[in-house]
Amino acid sequence: MAGAITTHLSEETARRPRHINEGPVVRIVLITIALLFLGLVVLLPLASVFVEAFKRGMDVYYSAITEKDALSALRMTLLAAAVAVPLNTVFGIAAAWAITKFRFKGKNLLITLIDLPFAVSPVIAGLIFVLMFGAQGFFGPWLASHDIQIIFALPGIVLATVFVTFPFVARELIPLMEAQGVLEEEAAASLGARGWQIFWRITLPNIKWGLLYGIILCNARAMGEFGAVSVVSGHIRGQTNTLPLHVEILYNEYQFSASFAAASLLVLLAIITLLVKAFIEWKTSQRKPATEGGGLPLLENE
Amino acid sequence: MMRRMHTFRSVVLLVALSLGLTACGAAGGTQTDAKKPVKLLNVSYDPTREFYVEFNEAFAKHWKEKNNQVVTIDQSHGGSGKQARSVIDGLKADVVTLALGYDIDALTGPGLIKPEWQSQFGNNSSPYTSTIVFLVRKGNPKEIKDWNDLIKPGVEVITPNPKTSGGARWNYLAAWGYALKQNGGDEAKAREFVGELFKHVPVLDSGARGATTTFVERKIGDVLLAWENEALLSLKEFGEGEFEIVTPSISILAEPPVAVVDKVVDDRGTREVAEAYLEYLYSDEGQELAGKHYFRPTNPDILAKYTDQYQALELLQIDQDFGGWNAAQEKHFNDGGVFDQIYTPGS
Repeated sequence: MAGAITTHLSEETARRPRHINEGPVVRIVLITIALLFLGLVVLLPLASVFVEAFKRGMDVYYSAITEKDALSALRMTLLAAAVAVPLNTVFGIAAAWAITKFRFKGKNLLITLIDLPFAVSPVIAGLIFVLMFGAQGFFGPWLASHDIQIIFALPGIVLATVFVTFPFVARELIPLMEAQGVLEEEAAASLGARGWQIFWRITLPNIKWGLLYGIILCNARAMGEFGAVSVVSGHIRGQTNTLPLHVEILYNEYQFSASFAAASLLVLLAIITLLVKAFIEWKTSQRKPATEGGGLPLLENE
Repeated sequence: MMRRMHTFRSVVLLVALSLGLTACGAAGGTQTDAKKPVKLLNVSYDPTREFYVEFNEAFAKHWKEKNNQVVTIDQSHGGSGKQARSVIDGLKADVVTLALGYDIDALTGPGLIKPEWQSQFGNNSSPYTSTIVFLVRKGNPKEIKDWNDLIKPGVEVITPNPKTSGGARWNYLAAWGYALKQNGGDEAKAREFVGELFKHVPVLDSGARGATTTFVERKIGDVLLAWENEALLSLKEFGEGEFEIVTPSISILAEPPVAVVDKVVDDRGTREVAEAYLEYLYSDEGQELAGKHYFRPTNPDILAKYTDQYQALELLQIDQDFGGWNAAQEKHFNDGGVFDQIYTPGS
C-alpha cells in the first residue's frame, strides 16, 4: 500500500538473459499456478457475482438496481466518497508536503499516526465516532441540544469513511516526494518563483500521477467500506444505507438475485476505478524512468 | 510541460464536475411535499423484515384514508440488543418493535421511554407472539427430536449470540427451562446442559437473520434454533424439500413487544401517528398480516385461522418461569452472568 506500486513492466525487466532463465517446464508450471490461482481466487468469484445477478433475467436485475432503496444507497455511497476523497486529497498533500519538505519535532509520530487507520479495525473506527458523537457520547448532549444529528446520518457515514480512507493519498505521495528531492524547487526558487508558483508549476506536475493514483485507491476504499459505516449507519432503508450495506440487507432478505445485482454495481464501480488506474499507469510508464532518481529532471521534462 | 498541465487540469475539472453533479442529485432528492407528509422510523429486530414491509403499506393506506395525510415508515433491522443500543446512542426511532421486553427496558434508563411502557398497549404491549423451534435438514439425518438430542456427539447447533440477539436469549432460556424440568429443578444440571449445548455451536452470529443465513445459505450446522416465524419463512423461501421443522417437547412463549419512544415522538411531534401505528398492529388487518408472516396473532379469532401452521407444545413463560426479564437478564446475560461462565469462545 505504501509507495507507488507500478505494475506496468518495462521491456528490459521482462527480458532476461537465457543462461539465468528457468527451463520451459518450470516456467510453464509457474505461469499456470499463477493464472490458476488468479482465476480461482479473483476472476471466478467476480464472474459469479454477475452470473447470480442475471440468474433471474434482465427484468429482475433492472428493477433491483433502479429500485428506490438501491438508488438511495448508490447516492449515499457516491456522496460519502465525494466528500471524503477531496478532504483526504487536500490533507494528503499537506501532510506529504510537511513531512518531506520541513524538519520538525514529532515528524515520525505524524507518519505513524497517518498509518493508524490501516492498523485499526474498521469496527473500532466506527465505534470511536459513536463514543464521541452518540447520544451518550462525549459531545452527545451538546449536539442534542443544538439538534444536530451526526451518528446514524450522513455526517457520521462521511466521518467514518474519511477515517478509514485517511492514509491513502499521503502514503502514496510521501515516498514519491522524498525521492524527487528539492533540486527542481531550488532551481525554480533561484529563478525567482514564489511559494504558490513553485507548488503549481513544479511540485504538483511532478506528483500528479502519484496523486491521482492515491485518489483512486482512496475512492475505491471509500465506496466499498463496510465495517465502519455499518456501525454508524443505523441501517435505515432508503436513508442511511450505503451500497455495501444494501447488498447485505438484500442478501439477508433472501433476495439473492437483487443482492448480487447491487453487488455488481459495486463491482462495476471498481472496474471503472481499475480502468482509470490502468490508464494512469500507462501514462506514467510513458515518462522516462530517469526522473525517479531525482537527477536533473527539469531538462527532461521540457 | 504545458500540454501535460492541460490534461491534468481537464482531469481535475472532470472530477470536480462529477462531484458537483452528485451533490445536485442528492439535493434534488430531499424535496418536501406541500401536504406535510409525516415520517416514522421503526427500529426493529431481524425476523420482522418481511412482515413490516407489508404492514407499513397497510398502515399508510389506512392513515391516508382516515386522516388524509401521507405517512412513510422507514425501517431499520438488526439484532435486537444492537438495535436498542443504537437507539440509546441516538438513532431517532419513533417506535421500537424489538425481540424482548428487556431491550425496551434498556431504553427507560436514559429516559427515552417511560418505565410503564409495557402497559400502554394490549397483551403486555406484544401484538404478536412466537416461540422457538428447531430447523433441521431434510430427512432429519441426525435424528433431532428434542433438546437433549442437541448435545449428542457430532451435532452442530446454530444459534446467534445471546449478548446481542433477542432470539438467542429466548433460545437459551428455552434450553435452560427444558433442562430444569428434566432434572427436577436442579440448576447445576441445567448449567451443565446449556454449557454443553454451546460447545456444539460452531459460530455465533450477532442476529437471528445472520444465523439463519449461516444455516440455510452457507449450509453450516445440523440444526438451527430459530424463531418459529423465521423457520416457517425459511421453509417458504426454500421449499419444503430442503428443511424440516422439529417442534421440541417444551419451548418458551416469546413475546416481542412494541413501544413508542416518548422522547423522540415528543421532540418530532409524531406521537399521534406513532401511537396509531402501533395500535394498528392489534387491528384485524394487522393481526392477519402477523399470522400471514408466521407470527402467532394475539387476537384469538385470527389465531384460530392460522392454527394449522403451529404445532401444539408446552410453552414456558418468562414471567412465571424465570421471574421476568430483568431477573433473567441479570442472572444469565449480564457480564459475568451464567452465559459468560459457561461459554468460552473456541472451546
